Amino acid sequence: FPGLADVSISGDIPVEGEITVPVGSNSPDEDYSTLDEPVKDTIMRDLKAVGKKFVHVMYPKKSSALLRDWDLWGPLVLCVSLALMLQGGAADSKDDGGPQFAEVFVIIWFGAVVITLNSKLLGGTISFFQSLCVLGYCVLPLTVAMLVCRLVLLAGSGTISFIIRLIVVVAMFGWSTLASTAFLADSQPPNRKALVVYPIFLFYFVISWMILTFTPQ
Amino acid sequence: MATVDDLKFQEFDDAANLLAANPDATTISIDEPAEVSKKQRGRLQETGREEDDELLGTDDSDKTELLAGQKKSAPFWTFEYYQTFFDVDTYQVLDRIKGSVFPVPGKNFVRLYIRSNPDLYGPFWICATLVFTIAVSGNLSNFFIHLGKPTYHYVPEFRKVSIAATTIYAYAWLVPLALWGFLMWRNSKVMNIVSYSFLEIVCVYGYSLFVYIPTAILWIIPQKVVRWVLMVFSLCLSGSVLVMTFWPAVRDDNRRIALATVAAIVLLHALLAVGCLAYFFDAPELDYPAPIIPAHNGTTVTTKS
Repeated sequence: FPGLADVSISGDIPVEGEITVPVGSNSPDEDYSTLDEPVKDTIMRDLKAVGKKFVHVMYPKKSSALLRDWDLWGPLVLCVSLALMLQGGAADSKDDGGPQFAEVFVIIWFGAVVITLNSKLLGGTISFFQSLCVLGYCVLPLTVAMLVCRLVLLAGSGTISFIIRLIVVVAMFGWSTLASTAFLADSQPPNRKALVVYPIFLFYFVISWMILTFTPQ
Repeated sequence: MATVDDLKFQEFDDAANLLAANPDATTISIDEPAEVSKKQRGRLQETGREEDDELLGTDDSDKTELLAGQKKSAPFWTFEYYQTFFDVDTYQVLDRIKGSVFPVPGKNFVRLYIRSNPDLYGPFWICATLVFTIAVSGNLSNFFIHLGKPTYHYVPEFRKVSIAATTIYAYAWLVPLALWGFLMWRNSKVMNIVSYSFLEIVCVYGYSLFVYIPTAILWIIPQKVVRWVLMVFSLCLSGSVLVMTFWPAVRDDNRRIALATVAAIVLLHALLAVGCLAYFFDAPELDYPAPIIPAHNGTTVTTKS
């Protein structure tokens, strides 16, 4: 390398300069400091995020908002409301009635964890909590179906109400499965997609079965 | 200035001769034949026909031996170790299910389909599906059987799901454990030619339970004869898969012990089927009740033929 042949370095050149590391903001009114805002703002921001995700589930487009900013508030609210609505006043009866609150809770959360583990073991690239978030949010159509079923059961419990409930639950089951597949399908290896989708189908089928067989005392 | 000879079209010699004349020239080699054969092998795998499976079995048996030695090299506390048990594609799972439902006499399920790649996907999800299928079908069949009675109030019977889950998962994991332990013990006394690993036994048991899923759905039909015919049929199918798998492993042993082992396998399998039928599905009425008209205020009007 002929160009650098005449460069010489002496032994003791002092090195000087300045290194600044941004530790944090000292001024209290920076944009990203949320410590001083009113509590209402904090709560409304989280509620708006949850509401936006509900809208994404009801109209599943290929948006990545559900995956990027995952949260588990929405699934918790949905799971608790579904488990509460499945209590048919069978708390005092000695019959082998419907599922208890704890059983619904465990089925939804344990089922979601098992499906997430299954998809990661098969080589999926989605993260653990993102997958839990998607599966939990896609319970929303089935919660709506449960609400409709309870309202229909208030009117009567004959054959017609059963047919209405059946149609509503089947439609919402299809919606849930399609929504969650739309969000999760891209992160799976291509020749194992069916292996990942089938447990999701089974999961929502079990929840739909619990909703459809709900009978008030 | 180029001469006329230089401008004439040159015949290109063989690459070897050219290289011998001018050893310092840069060479480019294109690897075509290897790529073509890889694509052909992939296509062969996708058709999944049995003779192709046989060909693949002899062709890359050396490769599978090597891979089996290298495969489970990750330590058992890492995630990658467990990923090796889920290294199956959709078509492989479907092939294994097909092999358990249509057992070919004389062909070993483990050698033909599993082939040093046992998976836990099939056993786990087939058991889960079977649990929910039995619970749901039992509930539905009881509903249809007791539909006409005025004292009958429908309950979803959710307790039975946990009972079904315990039974089926215990059968699918504890029986293979016991069988594996037994075979290992006999292996130490009698040198058997064929021996299976624990995961391969779990795999065979898991896939052999698949035929009970359509059987459980068909058990909704409330006719005793139909149910028993279905049970015998499905028991023959899945039992034959098990027998054809385990007979080569015990046949070199003492005759009585071999027969007793195979008989115990079939007996446990039958016990599972009979137990599920008896517990989850109520006995149908002797005379099938004629169609009833349920009135809206809860009373029912029945017409007996």
